[in-house]
Amino acid sequence: MIEPNELEHQIAIERKLYEQKEYQDLVKKIKPKVPVLRNIIGAFLVGGTICLIGQIILDGFIAWGLTARAAIGSTAAVMIFLGSLATGLGIYDNLAKFAGAGSIVPITGFANSIVAPALEFKSEGYVFGLSSKMFLVAGPVLTFGFIVSVIIGLIYYLIP
Amino acid sequence: MTAPKRIGKQTVAFANPPVIIGRATVVGPKEGKGPLKDYYDLIAEDPYFNADTWEKAEYKFFEKAVQLAVEKANLTMDDLNYFLAGDLTNQIISATFTARGVPVPYLGLYGACSTMYEGLALGAMLVDGGFADYVLAGVSSHYSTAERQFRFPTEQGVQRNLSSQWTVTGSAALVLAAQGQGPKVTHATVGKIVDLGVTDNTDMGAAMAPAAFDTIKQHLEDTGREPDYYDLIVTGDLARIGHRLVQALAEKQGLDLSKNYTDCGLLVYDPSQDVHAGGSGCACSGVVTAGFLLQEMEAGRYQRILGLGTGALHSPISSQQGESVPGIAHAVAIEL
Repeated sequence: MIEPNELEHQIAIERKLYEQKEYQDLVKKIKPKVPVLRNIIGAFLVGGTICLIGQIILDGFIAWGLTARAAIGSTAAVMIFLGSLATGLGIYDNLAKFAGAGSIVPITGFANSIVAPALEFKSEGYVFGLSSKMFLVAGPVLTFGFIVSVIIGLIYYLIP
Repeated sequence: MTAPKRIGKQTVAFANPPVIIGRATVVGPKEGKGPLKDYYDLIAEDPYFNADTWEKAEYKFFEKAVQLAVEKANLTMDDLNYFLAGDLTNQIISATFTARGVPVPYLGLYGACSTMYEGLALGAMLVDGGFADYVLAGVSSHYSTAERQFRFPTEQGVQRNLSSQWTVTGSAALVLAAQGQGPKVTHATVGKIVDLGVTDNTDMGAAMAPAAFDTIKQHLEDTGREPDYYDLIVTGDLARIGHRLVQALAEKQGLDLSKNYTDCGLLVYDPSQDVHAGGSGCACSGVVTAGFLLQEMEAGRYQRILGLGTGALHSPISSQQGESVPGIAHAVAIEL
């Protein structure tokens, strides 16, 4: 048995929920659509170009006489340097506006995600600012990266 | 007992409407390239404004605007009775650090981007209530302090949502007086929190639009005025999406806001300036009101304006915890 007061209260809640839903549907109608095709093309062009640069550097290292293993590590280091440099020069964020995922996914994007907060929070000092806020954006990537690598390692160990 | 200056549910009508005798705006370089560039008192060439951190830069803008507003009102700081100020940074440090140089009683305000109008409404009440001869009200915001507090580091490579807005870098200050020459504050309608459950913190316009419409409707109801009584109804920083939503909500309720309704977030930048939905921040309604709107009123182009400061009263923590964004809007009628 519902008390009359409680019923009124429930009606008020239901009305509020309906009002919210009605408004959110209106917002959905008015909000501009994400230009998916344009974003995909931007991501493909820029992401592809970054990978192409990486490939050229990798081939260069191998031609220079490095082993494949050493060349891969060296290429990653060079790409991280380039991504960091472009962030410091204020180029990377402008590139990302056009590229979206194309500049976030490659390792240069990872470098950007560490250098950008490091630059930003330097004003709060090297200890509590720069070095602690450096992983603000990259932190979750590292955490889940570590967890996944442990799980994969266990699977690799258990299933020979 | 009824308070003699109250009309309707939320509005106060001033018996001796306070006069805006001084106004000043200082903006950053991007705003200085916008369509209202000729209306600002000072355009900084560099968003750092000769400071070494963004936070310092923000209160340098604020200090300059305050100094100019008091000068333009032909007063000295000591003539002021109250300084009402706020901004977007945590613990409103820009306002408080500016207040170090304003040797008068200080009240810090936080109404997010509605603060200019919150200050204007409260300041007018202080003056008309006989508690002050001169009140200084001011706000500031800075793109870079807001970005790093609410969103991402500035150099972070992200693609902004189409609904996102660009925080105006700058500061505005107004001096209210019991007597003098200039546009007068005749009514103030203090808004109430309206929250229709918008959780997308990249879409502030949608979060604030219901509050803006609620206050406009309440103001018209309380005063018995029609929308076309005003030459212009201007909201603070709803930008493209919020502006359209207010019009849609009005249409549903049979109010016609298609002719004389605009938004400071649409006026402050040109669409070519890559600001997505438009401008936002305390300084958005601040510099557009203190720069453009009041100058046009002084020139006689507008006789009666209803201005609204609109605020999204969330915090980065509340958003991360999945809370919706409560909206607020305060309306002030300014008439010649």
